[in-house]
Amino acid sequence: MKAHLMYAERDVAAHIALPKYQHDVIQDLGLQTIVNAMAATDDNIAQVARETLLTSLSDIASIRYRQAALKDCIAHAEAVRELHDLAVQTVNAERRGFLYGIPMVGKTPGSVLFWAINLLEMLEAQLRRLRRFADQHASEFTSPAFTTLFEMLQRELSDDYLESIREHLRRLQFPNGLLLSAELGAGNKGANYVLRKGAAPESWMRRLFLGDSTGGYAFKIDDRDEAGLRALAALKDQGVALVADALGRSTGHILAFFKMLRTELAFYVGCLNLYEALNSLGCPTCMPTPCEAAAQKRSAARLYDPALALALGRGVVENDLGADGKRLVVITGANRGGKSTFLRSVGLGQLMMQCGMFVAADRFEASVCEGLFTHYQREEDPTMQSGKFDEELLRMSGIVDNVQANSLVLLNESFAATDAREGAEIAHQVVSALTESGVTVYFVTHQYEFAQSIQATEESAALLLLAERREDGTRTFRIMPGAPLHTSYARDLYDRIFGRSGEQPPTFEASAALRAREVSGGQN
Amino acid sequence: MPSVDFRSILDEEEPAAWDGSVQAPECLADLNLDQVIDAVVGADDEYELRPFFLSPLTTARAVEYRHEVMRDLESDRTFAYVTEFASAMRRVREQLAKGAKVNPLQSQRLFLDALRTYSQAIVDFGERLLNSPLNSRGLRGFGRYLSQYVASPAFASRASAADTLLLELNNITYSVHIKDNAVSVSRYQGQADYSDEVAETFAKFSQGESSSYVGPLRDSIDMSQVEERILSLVAKLFPTTFAKLAEFCERNHGFIDPAIARFDREIQFYVAYKAYVARFIAGGLPICYPEVRSQARTVFARDTYDAALADSLIARGASVVLNDVTLEDDERLIVVSGPNQGGKTTFARLFGQLHYLAGLGCPVPGRAARLALFDKILTHFEREEHVENLRSKLEDDLLRIRDLLERATARSIIIVNEIFSSTTTSDAYFLARQIVERILSLGARCVCVTFLDALASADDRIVSMVSMVSPDDPAIRTYKVARRPAGGRSYAVSIAEKHRLTYARIRARIEAAKQ
Repeated sequence: MKAHLMYAERDVAAHIALPKYQHDVIQDLGLQTIVNAMAATDDNIAQVARETLLTSLSDIASIRYRQAALKDCIAHAEAVRELHDLAVQTVNAERRGFLYGIPMVGKTPGSVLFWAINLLEMLEAQLRRLRRFADQHASEFTSPAFTTLFEMLQRELSDDYLESIREHLRRLQFPNGLLLSAELGAGNKGANYVLRKGAAPESWMRRLFLGDSTGGYAFKIDDRDEAGLRALAALKDQGVALVADALGRSTGHILAFFKMLRTELAFYVGCLNLYEALNSLGCPTCMPTPCEAAAQKRSAARLYDPALALALGRGVVENDLGADGKRLVVITGANRGGKSTFLRSVGLGQLMMQCGMFVAADRFEASVCEGLFTHYQREEDPTMQSGKFDEELLRMSGIVDNVQANSLVLLNESFAATDAREGAEIAHQVVSALTESGVTVYFVTHQYEFAQSIQATEESAALLLLAERREDGTRTFRIMPGAPLHTSYARDLYDRIFGRSGEQPPTFEASAALRAREVSGGQN
Repeated sequence: MPSVDFRSILDEEEPAAWDGSVQAPECLADLNLDQVIDAVVGADDEYELRPFFLSPLTTARAVEYRHEVMRDLESDRTFAYVTEFASAMRRVREQLAKGAKVNPLQSQRLFLDALRTYSQAIVDFGERLLNSPLNSRGLRGFGRYLSQYVASPAFASRASAADTLLLELNNITYSVHIKDNAVSVSRYQGQADYSDEVAETFAKFSQGESSSYVGPLRDSIDMSQVEERILSLVAKLFPTTFAKLAEFCERNHGFIDPAIARFDREIQFYVAYKAYVARFIAGGLPICYPEVRSQARTVFARDTYDAALADSLIARGASVVLNDVTLEDDERLIVVSGPNQGGKTTFARLFGQLHYLAGLGCPVPGRAARLALFDKILTHFEREEHVENLRSKLEDDLLRIRDLLERATARSIIIVNEIFSSTTTSDAYFLARQIVERILSLGARCVCVTFLDALASADDRIVSMVSMVSPDDPAIRTYKVARRPAGGRSYAVSIAEKHRLTYARIRARIEAAKQ
């Protein structure tokens, strides 16, 4: 029994080990804020949301499958939360029962059997509730994911079937004792104990004790022989090992079914939480249009950074983007002018679209990408094993190890940790090698020399954007098409923080510190 | 049929007992050979292999005998045969040992198992040796010995009696019925399996592979009193089979052949060493069969390395630097100078290690090597100062050197590490010069690590070698030790090139990943 809510044909993968570059993506895009909003204190949702966001779908049909299911969820939010609660409740009840049922020392067959029987009584009741839920709500849902789930529940959990579970629970009390078969194993010790159906009637046993040995031999353990009774209990344990194993596994399977149901629903409940959070801030959301990678589409209206909106608890600057057919987008302009935020909004939009979610924009249309990578400047390497530039290149090399045609790479102030001429040269080599390999690159940079060399015409594959700055020096945080200017306004910032500098240029240390703050702090 | 005799897989002519009385050569600790041997024989040294590794060979023919066996074992198939044989023999020992501790009905069964394991192992191994393309005198000889042993009528009849008996025991199935405190034992009458039915009912919930909640049952053949009582009743239910079993054990006491037992231990010399060098091969390091002579004008080793150091470097994932060493014609003495921490001592050790391992008849670290047999390896390494030692360090150095020279012969190998560092340079040079002169006149081969550069040019028979630094950054040691006059410089790569981030490299990397 499967609930294929996330994929039409397969289960949600159990806990995935993220490749190293994904940790950079989490940090650079502020993904944890999104995950927290989705989770709303549920750890399971947090984990599923995180992994789902980072496990992009690259075929459009799969994205549409989730979009359809998500629309169902938005339309029937209450019912979906109820179903999720049922799964969560069951899994939690198991945790409590587990503590009571299983002794802390060793899981002997007898104790597993005891635990499984107790637990199955609870699970059987939950299965009945699940069936009832399906009976009530099946007709309201329209997405393939949910209609298939409800049909499956109604088919598999018939009344007859639920009754057969009860029958087993009665028989496993062994009212007639245990009948086992055995063979001689290693060292002539009894082995291959199998529990058999149909224990012999008591009269037969009595005959053996009266000395009739034609059918076999018998003995009795004295009530006061404690060692003997313990040994007998151990033997019984061996005798029920197989059936305990079978029942234990079965119980485990049903639990796993509820856990799986919880996991399959977790993403959608997370989406509902995020949807409601953004709505309450008055921020727009839309169901995006995924396009084939080859179409090289990427355009949006009122695109914003949802992580920033959530963090500030209010609406934030929105930008339009028209980068269809562009392999390279270079964003230059004022420090603290919203470049990093804009880059994040592009990355998050792409990730959210490719996990089947809505996007933080009024309209979002983009080609699917094969993997999204981020390369942001970092603080000094705390282990002091390599210089800053060395560390930057090391991470870039890690990205090159993983990119392929149609990957999307977001660079933020990359190659700035060396002198400008050298940095521009390396930037040029890296960016042209990537784009010519079919990788799409968005590059926020101060490198005038590099940005200047980009041929950005209507027909070319490159687009230049500029962080807007008014005549009076104030920033709007808007990103518009525009050619790079020959200064990044660090001087403005310096003036604001340190007061008028007169003719005195800022010291090297001061500008380095400012830049570090800009890189790590974004708009705040 | 003429009887085939077999003595030892380690030495055709004069096999020794190689027991605990073998003394360790003094050089082991200085050369880190103690670490090598510890790693080869393992912490428990189950087969008591250490004495083998403390006894270098004295003739080239004996070395060749071991090389032959070692080469035969390079075949994965032959090696697998040997390890299977060894694990079968281990099982035999375990079964017999266990049998000594349990009740008779169990002990008899263990004896039967042990004997069957043994017989099968001998038959299999003998047949496999005969059918393998072997070139070693050792393994071929043992193969012939086994086939004669297996062909004897006593062996065959004993094996078939054991098989028949086991079959009878395996055919026994019985029922145990437990109700409250009562237990009855009878013959099994074909009742259905209940656990299958349970599993089937819940199969639909299966989400793929599942793990068991039931912990593993004690995998021991020890029985409780209840089990023992049941077994004695089973023996009463099947009396003929159990009587035959008791009689069989009585008749076949002490069935292991001494020559086979000896082989079982000695072959592990090769198995252990092969397992040891496998880590170097896996780490991409070369291993070779040295050409070993009793007298050699020239000795050399190419792309060689210190085994003990390489072992720990590989474990840490660090790379290992390879070096060459050659003593041609009249050259007898290598003076190693250069910056500290540059691999000088390692280089000196490896010269001793190479000879020692070659003398054991083992493959050595390196791509190719020619080495000479030796009568002893003598080492002089700096000692920690002992407070109770009233002599001065210099005096102690000299006394130890004198003692070393008294024992050395033309066939000795001498390794001297940092001599006379506790005195002035001119004094140290004077003393070192005298010592070197004595070593040269002995004709022994020697490696001498020193801070005294001038020593390197004192005589034609002296070879100067220097530990190298990176030409761009003298702070970086390369751990290369090369032949050159005491003094030395390479190339720099751009930092992007180092990270393979030039335009061409990136294109090539992305392209390569597609395949």
